[in-house]
Amino acid sequence: MPRLSVWMIRAALIYLGIGFLFGSLMLANKGVSFEPSLWRLLPVHIDLLLVGWLLQLAMGVAFWIAPRFSDRPRYGRAWLVCAAFILLNSGVLLNAWGEWSGTAAATLVGWCCILSAGLCFVIHLVPRIKPLAIT
Amino acid sequence: MPVLARYTIKTALVHLAVALVIGLALAAQSVFQLPVFIATLRPVFLHLLIVGWLTQLIFGVATWMFPKYSKEQPRGNPQLGWAVYLLLNIGLVLRAIGEPLIVLQPGSIGGPTLVISALLQVTAGWLFIITIWPRVKER
Repeated sequence: MPRLSVWMIRAALIYLGIGFLFGSLMLANKGVSFEPSLWRLLPVHIDLLLVGWLLQLAMGVAFWIAPRFSDRPRYGRAWLVCAAFILLNSGVLLNAWGEWSGTAAATLVGWCCILSAGLCFVIHLVPRIKPLAIT
Repeated sequence: MPVLARYTIKTALVHLAVALVIGLALAAQSVFQLPVFIATLRPVFLHLLIVGWLTQLIFGVATWMFPKYSKEQPRGNPQLGWAVYLLLNIGLVLRAIGEPLIVLQPGSIGGPTLVISALLQVTAGWLFIITIWPRVKER
């Protein structure tokens, strides 16, 4: 597993842990109400699990298992994935903070970062979606 | 494919099928004036699809395909893996029972059921992270 995939998958696992924690707090609060303001965590919970966990895990695994090139660099333009990693995590954190604090500008910038991360990843991965024999 | 991964993936498929049936029932509820309790199943539908199906499928495939933990224990501690499987699925089933209960019979055991469901699911998630973390590594 390449180092970038290790980073992405471990970051995704951290978001899984935090996302599940927030979800369980809200679910328990739904069962036996103890802190009504916990509902404000709902958009953060969705953001962490859908983008931070599912999307980032998919990117990390795709970078690892998609067909490699015969010539070096075998994983292609890895700097694009490095940029995607930084942009995606900045975006998720900005988004989460924006949703929690009600700062719409932070959410907007967060989504711009996530979109840029997605584009970087797409540009990286497209040449690797190929038959095994093609270099 | 190891036994735990097979159980996990097959159970994920069951969650997918059940979620789609609930999704159909939700769509049909307003059209055919089906019982009101069906409308209370929307969060169950979403979580069966995203946790029961997608996340559990990921757990199963990761257990199967991620780099080996060691030669002696290629998939790490098997007891922890089974604990994740049981806690996650019992938690999801309890949620499916508790969600309609708290709406239809407020003050019933629905509330405590959801609290137990929350505890089981978060424990399952964290145990999975503990189990899989050492297997996310460079060769």
